[in-house]
Amino acid sequence: MHLSLIAAFACSAMALPVLAADPAQVAQTYVSIGAATFGDALITAKALQTAVDGLIANPSEATLATARAAWIAARPSYTQGEAFRFGNPIVDDWEGRVNAWPLDEGLIDYVDPAYGQSEENPLSTLNVVANPTFTLSGVTVDATQLTPDLISGTLQEAGGLEANVASGYHAVEFLLWGQDLNGTGPGAGNRPFTDFVQGPGCTNGNCDRRAAYLTAVTQLLVNDMAYMAAQWAPGGAAANRIIQDPNSALTAMLTGMGSLSYGELAGQRIRLGLMLNDPEEEQDCFSDNTYNSLYYDAVGIQNVYLGQYTRTDGTIISGPSLSQMVASADPSVDAKLTSDLASSVTALAVIKAAGEAGKAYDQMLAPGNSQGETVIMEAVDALVTQTASIQRAMTVLGLTEADFTVANDPAEVFQ
Amino acid sequence: MTALRVLLTLLWAAGPSLADSPLTVVPRTAQETARIIAVTTLTRDFTKAEAFEAKPAGAATVRQRPGTDAFSQYSANMPFERQMNFNLGNALFTKSWVAAPASTLASDGLGPLFNARACQDCHLKDGRGHVPAPGETAVSLFLRLSVPGGDAPAGIKDWIATIPEPVYGGQLQNFSTPDVSAEGRMALTYTEQPVQMNGETASLRVPQYAVMKAGYAALSPAVMISPRIAPQMIGLGLLEAIAPDDILARQDPDDTDGDGISGRASIVPSAQMGQPMLGRFGLKAGSATIMDQSAAAFSGDMGLSTTLHSDPWGDCTAAQTACHAAPNGQETGLRDGLEVDRESLDLVTFYARNLAVPERRNPGDPTVLQGKRVFYDLGCTGCHTPKYVTDRLQDQPEQSFQLIWPYTDLLLHDMGPGLADHRPEGRATGQEWKTPPLWGIGLTSQVSGHTEFLHDGRARNLLEAILWHGGEAQAQRDAVAALPKPDRAALIAYLESL
Repeated sequence: MHLSLIAAFACSAMALPVLAADPAQVAQTYVSIGAATFGDALITAKALQTAVDGLIANPSEATLATARAAWIAARPSYTQGEAFRFGNPIVDDWEGRVNAWPLDEGLIDYVDPAYGQSEENPLSTLNVVANPTFTLSGVTVDATQLTPDLISGTLQEAGGLEANVASGYHAVEFLLWGQDLNGTGPGAGNRPFTDFVQGPGCTNGNCDRRAAYLTAVTQLLVNDMAYMAAQWAPGGAAANRIIQDPNSALTAMLTGMGSLSYGELAGQRIRLGLMLNDPEEEQDCFSDNTYNSLYYDAVGIQNVYLGQYTRTDGTIISGPSLSQMVASADPSVDAKLTSDLASSVTALAVIKAAGEAGKAYDQMLAPGNSQGETVIMEAVDALVTQTASIQRAMTVLGLTEADFTVANDPAEVFQ
Repeated sequence: MTALRVLLTLLWAAGPSLADSPLTVVPRTAQETARIIAVTTLTRDFTKAEAFEAKPAGAATVRQRPGTDAFSQYSANMPFERQMNFNLGNALFTKSWVAAPASTLASDGLGPLFNARACQDCHLKDGRGHVPAPGETAVSLFLRLSVPGGDAPAGIKDWIATIPEPVYGGQLQNFSTPDVSAEGRMALTYTEQPVQMNGETASLRVPQYAVMKAGYAALSPAVMISPRIAPQMIGLGLLEAIAPDDILARQDPDDTDGDGISGRASIVPSAQMGQPMLGRFGLKAGSATIMDQSAAAFSGDMGLSTTLHSDPWGDCTAAQTACHAAPNGQETGLRDGLEVDRESLDLVTFYARNLAVPERRNPGDPTVLQGKRVFYDLGCTGCHTPKYVTDRLQDQPEQSFQLIWPYTDLLLHDMGPGLADHRPEGRATGQEWKTPPLWGIGLTSQVSGHTEFLHDGRARNLLEAILWHGGEAQAQRDAVAALPKPDRAALIAYLESL
C-alpha cells in the first residue's frame, strides 16, 4: 500500500540529498517506517506461529529447527522497532508485554535442579506447565486451560515481580530452546523436540500442557504485534500523534534514538553483562541470538535518522529524513552523526560476525576474556559517541533534550 | 511552629553542622530565598489549581504511565548520558543475588541470613510492599528487633540508646542460605475494631505480631519488635535535596506555637558522611542519605557487604556462629573486595534518587479542590508540608532547584498509642513516626494492586489510614470523622489525585 509513497520518497531521497525537508514530511517518513517495521514484526510473528503449529503437530528435529529459525527471523524487525519505544508512550507502555527479560523461567516450565531457587519468590519454580492449579497471593488459580488471557492477565509479573515473565519473545524463546546451561562456555539451550511429543515418547512430562502454553503464548505475541502494527498504520493512534504535531515528532525521534543508544543499549543490554560477567544478563539468553538483537537495535536507530528501512522482503521504505533537516541546519553536525551511527552499526556487526562464527555474546562476558571485553567496549564507546552527536543534532534543530511525553511548557515549571 | 534556625546555627557553628546537606549545594542567594518564600507560601485559594501544582516534582515530573510501571520511570529532565546509570542501577535493583560460592562470582554473597534476594522483591514495582496473604511467607514486611542498652553516638542529644537483640540482631531474617538456620517466621494476626464516624462506620484491623519457629535461642524478654513494610521509592532524590534548614525550621519540640503539633528532627550518624546528619529516610527517619539507606538494606535485608557495611555476614550476631563460618562472596582483588562494590552502590543510589514522581491527574477538579480545602483547613498541612524548593545542586541537574510537592515535613511526630511500636529508634520514641510523603499515593492501587498504608500496611485504604492517626494528629483525625460525608469523600478524592 506504500508503493507510491516509496517511489516518491526514494527519488527525492536519492536525487536531492540536501533539499531541506520540512518537519511534516520527516514525520510522515517516520510513521511510514514505523508502520513497515511493526508490520514486518507482525508478518514474522505470524510466520513463527505457523512454524510453532508445525512443531506441535509433528514434533521432530526438523520442525523444532524450523520453529527456532522462525523465532530468530522474527527478531530483526521487532528490534529495529525499538528505536520507536522511547518518545512514543504507546510503544513504551506495550514493550514489557513482548520483550521483558531476564525471566525466572521456572515459572513457566521445568528447569535444571541446580538452577537457583528463590524461596521468597515461590513462583520462580512454579512450573505452570506441570501444575494446572496453584496458589497466587493466597488465591487459588485455575490454570487448567492455558490461554492467552491467563498468561497476560494472571501470570505476567505475578506478585508484582518483574522476573515473573510469562509472555513475549523470551517466553517463546525459552520454550523453543530451554535453559542455556553452558554459562560463559559455548552452546545455547538444548531442549529436545521430544518435549512436545504427545503420548509415549514425551520427555520431561506434561508435553500436552507445554504445547498448549507455547501455542497460547505465541498467539499472544501475534495479537500484541497486530495491535502495534495497527497503531502505526494510517489512522492509528501512534501515527496520528506524530503527524498531528510534527515538531514534537522530531523530539520523539531523537529522544528515541538517544535513549535507546545510551541508557538502554550501551548500558543495560551491553555494559551490564560485562560489568557483572554474568551470562544471565544477555537478552536472548536461551538462543544465544543476542548479537543479532543488539545489531538490529543499532540499525533501527540509524533507520530513524536516515529515513530509510529495508523491509523483511527487501523492499526499501525511504523519504525526507531527519538527516536532511539537520544537514540544512548544520552540515557538519549531520556528517558527524551519520558517521557515528555507521560506526556503531559496524562495531555491533563485529559482535554479530563473532556470534555467527560460533563465539556467542555470553562467551565474551567471561571474566578475563579481554578480547571479548575489547569488542564489547568498542560498541559501547561507539554508542556513547553517537549519543553526544544526537544531542548536538537536537541543539541545531532548536529542540530541548527532555522527556517530551510530559507537556513541557516552561510556564508549568518553576525556574 | 517556630523557627529554631538561629539557635541551631549557634549550637552547631563550631564543626559539622546539622545544616550540612549531604549533596554539593550552590549557596542560595537572597533573591532566591525571597522567591522561594513567595512560591512556597500556602495558598488560600481553592477555586482553581495552583501554578506548578500539576507537576509535583518540578521539571523531573513524568507522565502518568498506565499500568504497574508508573513508579519506575526516570526523572524527566535526565540527560541521555545519565540514563545509562539509571538503567544499570535498575538492573542491580532487580538483580537476584545468590549464595556463595557460585559460578557467577559477581552475583554471589547473599546472606547467610536474608529477607530478600533482590531489592525489588520488597520494593515491588518501586511501590509499596504488602502484608502477606493468609498462608503466605512475608517478604516485603519484616520485623526490626532491639533491646534497651548500649551507648548513644557522640554528638546526638536525646538519643534513646538501644542495641540489636543479642542473638537475632537488628531484624528477623526469615530466610537463610543452605547449612545456616533461618531466624524464624513472623506471625501476624488481626482483630477488627469498629469505628463510628459522622454518617458512616469503618473498621480498623489491629495487628498483633510475634516470632514463630525461632531458629536460635529464645528471644530476649526485653526484645522490642517493630514491623516495617517497604515504602514507595519515588521522589527520594528530591527529598534528599531539600535544604536541611527548611526542615529544621519546622521543628517545634515544645509546641511553643500551641497548635498541638511538635515535630522533632531525627539526627543520626551517617555512614556515608561520617558525621551526625538530619535523618530523612526510613519510617522513623533512621537514615540520613539514600546511600546510607541503600547500604543498610544491602546489609540487613540481603546480607551483602558494601563500603559502608563491610561485614559480609550482614546482620549475623556473634552468637550465630554457623552464619559467620558460612562462605561469603568477597574475593581479594575483585569488586573492591566486597560483595557489592563501590560502583554498584553508587548506581543503586543513583537509581533510587531518580525514580520519578508522576504528574497529578486532575488538580483542578472541583471535588479535588474541595478536598484540598478540607486538607488545608483541618491543618493536615501542619505535618504534611505541601511544598519546597530544593537546593541548587552542582552535579545533580535532575534534583536541582525544583519546586516540589511531597506533603511531608520529614520530622518525627507522636502518633499516639494506636500506631506505636513501643520500639525507640535513635531520637524517635516508641510512639513517634516520620511523616511519610503523600505524592503518588493515589497511584498505589494501579502500581501495587492494593491500597495498604502506614508503616506496616495495616490500613486497607486512605480513610483507614487517616482514622489510625492519633497523638499530635488526634484533632485532625477526629475532625475528619466528624466531617459531613461529602467533605470526607472530597478529602479522599484529593488524596487520590496526588
